Formats: sequence, structure tokens, C-alpha cells
Amino acid sequence: MRYDLFISGFGGQGALLAGTVLSYAAIVEGKNVSYLPSYGPEKRGGAAMCTVVITDGDVGSPVIGKPSAAIFLNQISLDKYGSKIKPGGICIINSSLVDSTAFNRPDVETILVPMNDIAMQLGDPRIANMVALGAYASKSGAIEITSFEAALKEALPERNHKFIPANILAIEAGFKLGRGSSSLAAPEVIAQN
Amino acid sequence: MQQVFKRPLSLKDVQTHFCPGCHHGTVHRMVAKALDEYDLQKRTIGVASIGCSVFLYSYFDIDVIESPHGRAPAVATGVKRAKPDSFVFTYQGDGDLAAIGTGEIIHAANRGENISVIFVNNTTYGMTGGQMAPTTLLGQRTSTSPYGRSLENEGAPIRVTELLTNLEGVSFAARVAVNNAKNLMDAKKQIKKAFRYQVEKKGFSFVEVLAACPTNWGMTPIKANERVGTELSDYFKLGVFKNVANL
Amino acid sequence: MEKRLFVRGNEAVCLGAIEAGCRHYFGYPITPQNDIPEFMSRELPRIDGVFIQAESEIAAINMVMGAAATGNRAMTSSSSPGISLKMEAISFMACMELPCLIVNISRSGPGLGGIDASQGDYFQAVKAGGHGGYHILVLAPSSIQEMYDLTMLAFDLSEIYRIPAMILGDAVVGQMKEPLIPHPRPDTELPEKTWALRGKGDGEQRIIKSLYLGDGELEAQNWKLHSKYQALKDNETRWEEFETATASLLVTAFGSAARIAKTAVMMAREEGLKVGLLRPITLFPFPAEAYAAATQQCKKVLDIELNTGQMLEDVKLSVTRDTDVFFYGRPSGTGSLPTPEELLEQIRRHCS
Repeated sequence: MRYDLFISGFGGQGALLAGTVLSYAAIVEGKNVSYLPSYGPEKRGGAAMCTVVITDGDVGSPVIGKPSAAIFLNQISLDKYGSKIKPGGICIINSSLVDSTAFNRPDVETILVPMNDIAMQLGDPRIANMVALGAYASKSGAIEITSFEAALKEALPERNHKFIPANILAIEAGFKLGRGSSSLAAPEVIAQN
Repeated sequence: MQQVFKRPLSLKDVQTHFCPGCHHGTVHRMVAKALDEYDLQKRTIGVASIGCSVFLYSYFDIDVIESPHGRAPAVATGVKRAKPDSFVFTYQGDGDLAAIGTGEIIHAANRGENISVIFVNNTTYGMTGGQMAPTTLLGQRTSTSPYGRSLENEGAPIRVTELLTNLEGVSFAARVAVNNAKNLMDAKKQIKKAFRYQVEKKGFSFVEVLAACPTNWGMTPIKANERVGTELSDYFKLGVFKNVANL
Repeated sequence: MEKRLFVRGNEAVCLGAIEAGCRHYFGYPITPQNDIPEFMSRELPRIDGVFIQAESEIAAINMVMGAAATGNRAMTSSSSPGISLKMEAISFMACMELPCLIVNISRSGPGLGGIDASQGDYFQAVKAGGHGGYHILVLAPSSIQEMYDLTMLAFDLSEIYRIPAMILGDAVVGQMKEPLIPHPRPDTELPEKTWALRGKGDGEQRIIKSLYLGDGELEAQNWKLHSKYQALKDNETRWEEFETATASLLVTAFGSAARIAKTAVMMAREEGLKVGLLRPITLFPFPAEAYAAATQQCKKVLDIELNTGQMLEDVKLSVTRDTDVFFYGRPSGTGSLPTPEELLEQIRRHCS
């Protein structure tokens, strides 16, 4: 199987780290993977995007014109790139920060995930990106959720390994939401989970 | 019979291409003599520059690399860092070192590279036919300052030794001249001292040599020699400017 | 399964260089290659190597010249405008026949350009970017594994042929991460460096220079260099072919563009279109014979580049006479990388 995912947000939201963790998870599973980052000149607050391709075979192009799945962490990303998703693809939107009322793509499966709210409830706003990854893993089937712990160990420097349990909780929360979700999951619903 | 004068071992037995009255041959001999004094010939890698001194390898019997114009201190940095047991010196003129190579000399000096630099200042671009150099004196006529160098148009001549003296990385800096016997003795001494700095791994050493270019100055060798002692030495003061290890 | 590292291309170049025995790096910061000096500044001091952040691109390449002259493996890296600054010294080293590695993680241009992936430096790399009419070895990796493997190959070929070598990449192959399987450097037989400066010792004086003023000397040196280029063309061309045997349209592209093109070719094959891909790996020497062979049967070639047509000239010179060569180019700027779908559309046009 061949999977590709486009992740876009502001610098600092963890778009690039989410892509890296997903890539390591693919490596843990013995798959081929390419991770192509792109970002603005700013270190923080500029655009940060990446494209991940996961496959059993030849990766081919690391550049994807019409991704089969996308995660939008902020408003600008959705507004700018929402139209690129392949028909029949998956669109995961950070509903904590993004107003998607104007997003009109009935041909893709849209999942609203209040990533920041969930992350806050788990006690760390920085793990919103991991919530998104969990949702993607359950929706796409690209990666086993059990692969993430080993992936995090590879992706994070030793000194940050103490954060791995929190990251796993965030991935699991996203995963549950992705599996059971209607596309209208509201923060209150999550709170009950 | 006792031999009282002979060709230094590090020099080849060949004629130079230098013009009559040119001081490069004199400076070459002093450098070779200093190499001999410390028995350096076999482990020396010379770095030639662009200008009249490009033919270093034709006169010195040592390994030589010829660097692009102005880049000798960078090339020497690469040589010395890759082969720290070698003795490395550059031999550069004023156009090469003080104009196109300003960046390289400043930063090699500032890094305190354990190399030695011989800087021959004759206030003109010799090989290209006597154009204005950064060290050309005010009022001096050259083929590109036909009305004389002016402060307004070209600025004042650069005193490189003073400039480098201010850098922390420089261990030894001196300005000498080779126009008379007394100055020759001193020049020989300072070049030797500069080399000793490198031999003892004491850092960057620099000797500026005031020299004559009779051909491009349009003077007889004797007049040119006099000019070194007067006009040049008036503006470019002779002396040891820095000697951190008191060698 | 072998241990797979997950590194970006710029790091793969460093790992390859260190494995190849390079202990001397001289460079200057410029995006998008800063991972290389950063990596080297961290790793080389740990293995008794030399790292200097030079005062300029020019100083950096001249330090490479000095270190290379002693017979040690030395390298620099930069990106397009910085490579332009190095050209004088590269011309010198071509004439001096000094082995070294120059990595160009190129950006768009001309001028300051942008940091996006671009192939605007093809001409500069393969057609003598500096003065005097010379060539250097130019390798164009298209994966992270190749960034590693070709860096090692570049050092070996550079020494065997006594010629400066260049890795020509861009932001895609420089900053993309992919799994890398590290391996020991190949056990290549390398010639003794009888030219390297050591201090003459008890032997003959050695001179490394590019000034040949004697009657006929410089002409002879030019013919010597020429014969070296011919030997490279005869022995060292490298390329990848994908589905070319049955192709009626031959797509050709190098480096990052070839990655995108390959997916487009796969998509076209799924549609039943008879398309193949020819990817040159050595840009100099250019694998002309591969084009000549492939266009015995296949009479249509589509060249795809991230510029307005540079390799195109070499492709046209290499195909059989009755072959039609088409071009699709995307000189880069922010957000303007072509997509596989876009290239597929071009393939469809030329297949109809």
C-alpha cells in the first residue's frame, strides 16, 4: 500500500515533528518512507509544512500534488491548501483553532479534531500535533498505533524521552476520536471520552 | 680556503627574472637563509601568490603551491591545518595582500594561524605594469593614477602592519626595509624571528618588507633605493610592532 | 534487517564524507545547506578532523585547495550564489588537477534567488562555471541513500582522475529525510599521490600550479585535461533506467526532478501508456551512450527540468538523429515544484 500525508501549520505547532514521528513509525514497521519539509525563513510563526510518503515499494516522488490525506493545524493552511486534497481523501482539521464552516469539500472525509483542547486536557498544549497523528493513524490505517512509542524514542532526543508517555496519550486520544468519530466531534464529546 | 659567502641551500642555482634593482631577489635570499637557519627546507610548503613573486617555485628548492590572487593566506591555512608538521609561509605583494586579498590576510591573522607571511610592499602592481596599489603614496603617479594618488579619490595608503598589529591572533609583526646594509641586517633578523614563531608554534607572524620597483617607479635603481629610505620609510615606519613572546 | 538511519540528505553527505575518510571541511553559511557545516562542526573535532568556518566562500574553497594539495581529502559545501564565488578557485584546481569535493545544494536564481529546490545550476556545474574551459566531475543524487553513496564515489573518482568533484543537489534532496543504510566505504584501488605536497624531504621538489608559461606548455596541459575528460566519458558514466525497454516515450530528468518524474511514469504505466525514465546520475560525464541506445527504438523524448532547459542541450546532442526531443521546465520559485499529476499530464500529451 502507498500512503501520503500533508501536514501544515505555523512554525512551532509541531507540523514537522508530527511528520518526523510518523516517518519513524513507518521505519519501525520496515516500510519505505520519505519526509519532505518546507518552511518559511522564520524560525517561529512562519509557515511549516511537510509531506510524508509511506510505502512498501519505491517511494518515487516525495512531492505530492494531491495528497490523499492532510492535517491542517491552522486557518491559513486550510484556506490555502484545503482544495488540494485528492477526491476521496481524508482532511483532518484542528477545530480548536480553525473555522471550517467555509470549507466545502463534500468529496473528502473531513474530521474535526479539537487538537489544542484535547492537548490542554491532557496537560500539555504542545502535544496537539500528536492528537492529529493519532487521528490520522486510525483514519488511514497507514500505521499501527503500537509503532509510535518506538518511533518517539527515535525521533526525540534522549532528554525529551520523559515526555513520551504524554505524547502516547495524545496519540491514543486522537486515535479513538478518529475511529469513532462523526465529523462533528465537539470538545464536550471529547471530554467524556 | 674558508667560504664566506654562498647560496642558501633552499635557493636554486638559477637566474631570476626580476628587473635590475628589484628587491625581490634580496628578499628571496633572506627567506631562504632563514629556512636554512632552522633546517626547514625539507618540511617547508611555500605558498606563492599572484604578481612578480608568482615564480617562487622557480627560485626556491622547496615544495610550493601557487594560490589564486590574494588567497595565499587561505590556501596556507588549508595546507597548515591539513599538515601541521609542515612549515608554511606565504610570499605576497601589496596588490595581492592589501587589495584583493584583504579578507584572507585579516582573517588568517585573526585566527592566529601558525603560519608566516612575507609581505613585500613596493607601492605598486609590478607584474601588470605599475598600476596604483593600496599602498601607493599620496601624489605618487602610476599608470592608473596618472595625476598622482589623491586622498579624495583613492583614500590614503593602507598601513597593513599597523592594521594587523591590532588583531589578537597576531603574535609577531614587523616592518623592515632592504635599502641599505643596516636595514638589511635588521630585515634578516626579523624574518628569522618570524619563522622562529612558527617553528615554536607561537602563532601568526608577519613581516612587511619595504622594497623598490625601479622599473615601474621610472627611477634608476639607486634613486629607487633612496626612495625606500625616504618617502616610503617616512609613511611606513620601520620597526617591530608586536612581539608577544619576546623572541 | 540492516540498521536504517533516518537522516536528511545534507547529513547523508556528511556521513558519506566522513566514512570516505574526509577530515577537512571548510565552509560558509548559506541556506539550504547549513546542516552540512553544522554537522561537520560538531563531528569533525571528535575524530581529529579540521572544521573551519571561513570568512568567505572564496576563502573556504581556497582552504580546500591548500588541504587538498597535501593529499588529504577535503571538501566544502555551499549553495548557488556561494558556488559562483568559488568558481575562480575551482578553475585553478581543475588545472592543478587537485581532487576535492564541492557540494552544491543549489537554490533558485539568477541572483540571490530563493531557497527552493532548483536545477538552475546545471550549466554552471557541467559546462565549466569558471574561466578557461574545463570540466569537473558532477554527480546528481536523487535519494538520501545516493547522497551518501555518491559522496563516497565522488571522493574516489576525484582521486583516481585527479579532478575536482561536485555533488549537485537541491533543497529536496538536501532537506528531505529518508532511511539510509550506512555501509563501509568501498575498497577502491586508489593511485598513489605522487603529486601531493609534503615538504620535499630528500626527494624532488613538488609544485602545484596552474601557470604554464613555457612554449606549448599550457596547450599541452589543456590536451592532458581533455584526455582525462574523454577517459571519464569512456569509463565513468552512470545512469538509471526505469521501464525503458518497451517505452515509446522516454522521459528524462535528473536529481529531485527525476523523483517526481518517476512517479508520473508509474502513473502513466498504470494507464497503459508506454513510458520509461532515463535518469543520468553523472551529469559530467554525461551518459550520452544511454540516450543513443534508448533512442534506437524510442523516438520521442520528454526532458523535464527545474529550469528553462539546460540538460536539454546535452540530451539533444545524445539522442539518435530522428528523435524528437520535447521539454517541460519549471524554473523554481516559492511553491512551484511540479507535481507528479502535472508531469503525468505532459506525458499524456506526448503519448497521444
